Amino acid sequence: MTELTVPSQAAPPAAEGGPMVRAEDVHKSFGSLDVLKGVDLEVQAGEVCCVLGPSGSGKSTFLRCINHLEKINAGRIWVDGELVGYRERGGKLYELREKEVAAQRRSIGMVFQRFNLFPHMTALDNVMEAPLRVRREPKSEVRERALALLERVGLADKVDTYPGQLSGGQQQRVAIARALAMRPKLMLFDEPTSALDPELVGEVLDVMKDLARDGMTMIVVTHEIGFAREVGDSLVFMDGGVVVESGVPREVIANPQHERTKAFLAKVL
Amino acid sequence: MTTEEVTPVRARPAPIKAVPVRHPGRWVAVAVLAVLAAMFVHALFTNEAFQWSFMVDNMFRPPVIEGLLRGTLLMTVSAMLIAVSLGIVVAVMRLSENPILRGVGWLYAWVFRSIPRLVLLAVFGNIGILWSRIEFGVPFDTHIGRLFGIDNLELRVFGFSSHEVLTGFLAGLLGLALSEAAYMSEIVRAGIQSVDAGQSEAAAALGMSRGQVLRRVVLPQAMRVIIPPTGNETIAMLKDTSLLLYVPVSMELFFQLDRVGKYTFQIFPMYVAACLWYLFLTSILMVGQHFLERHFSKGYGQSERARMRLRNLVAETGGGGGGGAP
Repeated sequence: MTELTVPSQAAPPAAEGGPMVRAEDVHKSFGSLDVLKGVDLEVQAGEVCCVLGPSGSGKSTFLRCINHLEKINAGRIWVDGELVGYRERGGKLYELREKEVAAQRRSIGMVFQRFNLFPHMTALDNVMEAPLRVRREPKSEVRERALALLERVGLADKVDTYPGQLSGGQQQRVAIARALAMRPKLMLFDEPTSALDPELVGEVLDVMKDLARDGMTMIVVTHEIGFAREVGDSLVFMDGGVVVESGVPREVIANPQHERTKAFLAKVL
Repeated sequence: MTTEEVTPVRARPAPIKAVPVRHPGRWVAVAVLAVLAAMFVHALFTNEAFQWSFMVDNMFRPPVIEGLLRGTLLMTVSAMLIAVSLGIVVAVMRLSENPILRGVGWLYAWVFRSIPRLVLLAVFGNIGILWSRIEFGVPFDTHIGRLFGIDNLELRVFGFSSHEVLTGFLAGLLGLALSEAAYMSEIVRAGIQSVDAGQSEAAAALGMSRGQVLRRVVLPQAMRVIIPPTGNETIAMLKDTSLLLYVPVSMELFFQLDRVGKYTFQIFPMYVAACLWYLFLTSILMVGQHFLERHFSKGYGQSERARMRLRNLVAETGGGGGGGAP
């Protein structure tokens, strides 16, 4: 898994004014199964990019590559001008150490389909954990910020509740607050509403809309076409490990150009 | 779930009165067991060899009590403390990404699970035959010295005579703890693996280091799986302290009872005393284990989950209760 073919010698994008995320010809395979077969993507700062596609299209895998939860086999990903997971020196790639990878992840928030809250901690402790242990910020400050974040996601009254006693929608909102507590410059959402009962989807999407209005850069893997149309600045349709079509959400959804996009949208709309 | 609005129109039907299923086999079993129990009790009272009064007179002698406190209880606690700590280290090694650590962890578990505890204790008790002194310093120092033409080069930081230090209690502790650590490492490993992979992923995505993920997220959740078998191991350890007879450790319950039996030629009464002592001690531990298990299964059992869902429903009427369940 350590070998990495270099497809192009393009210079990394400049941090200032450059895109927040830039992916170039990203390949990823699990054993003999090729999941990503050359994904290109650019997301500007403040942009909300929605990724659509049938299951198995590689959209979740691609998202997990952005914060190096998965090691890519070929291609490059930059976040805020910084190469993810590797250091390039003299035309040679060096794997980053575990600590350096962790440092990169601090500024990238991630929200999972299955919430993955820490069940042995209260909602407040879940939110406070990373700023306290990873950033080592003073406790009073972290506590204040965590309380404000929980209030922002509408859970001021659930501060001392354990995840097991919260509904799915509430858990996901705590998970968003937990990611935001690290003050990320980029938020990744991996099908954040797919594990929720239908009546709970709205409350999570509302929090995400609020976040988008605040100018957060977001990449959202989702099946919520309505959300993509309403909130998304760009839409990417993936199938078979490649980006099939991308553009302004309203246009892509109303007037898909590619056969596979048409077929997918016909099924979900 | 009961619905609270019962339709008033229909009357409640008469409760079912049925003849319960009969279990004649149970009565036969009770009769057989009653006869066996009567025979056993009869033997207890009529067989002279039990020597009850002699047993009672001797099972509370000061050396026996001291052996119980030091060789049995203190040894159990110390051995388990070392075994749990070392077990966690070995488990983490075996789950490490580092192939060398993984190999060493596997080797440790293999060796110490393969050698019977009794044999291990006998070996540790006689390690003085192999090395009369155990010293720490630069390895192969005399050999290296000879290479450079220096005779008897000794680069030792400190050392001790194994005849003086590695006998009795310490040798027994080492044997029991090292052997138990191998079993504890398997228990801890199972506990760590029982924690959902999404947990470490979420923690890693927050930028936590691997050590932090383990300490703050994985181990606390693994405890629920680790604690109950550890209680079992503690009970087993208490009983295995009787093997210290072969180190030998003289300040130990079974050694002392055995000794009284041997020099008074009343062996059997003292063995019965040993049975009663171990029954008593393990019973206390079993009670403790019961409460420990109840504490650590909180919030996870079937009934508890149902109760929680109910609490949710009550707490937020109209809101979706417990919707997170898959």
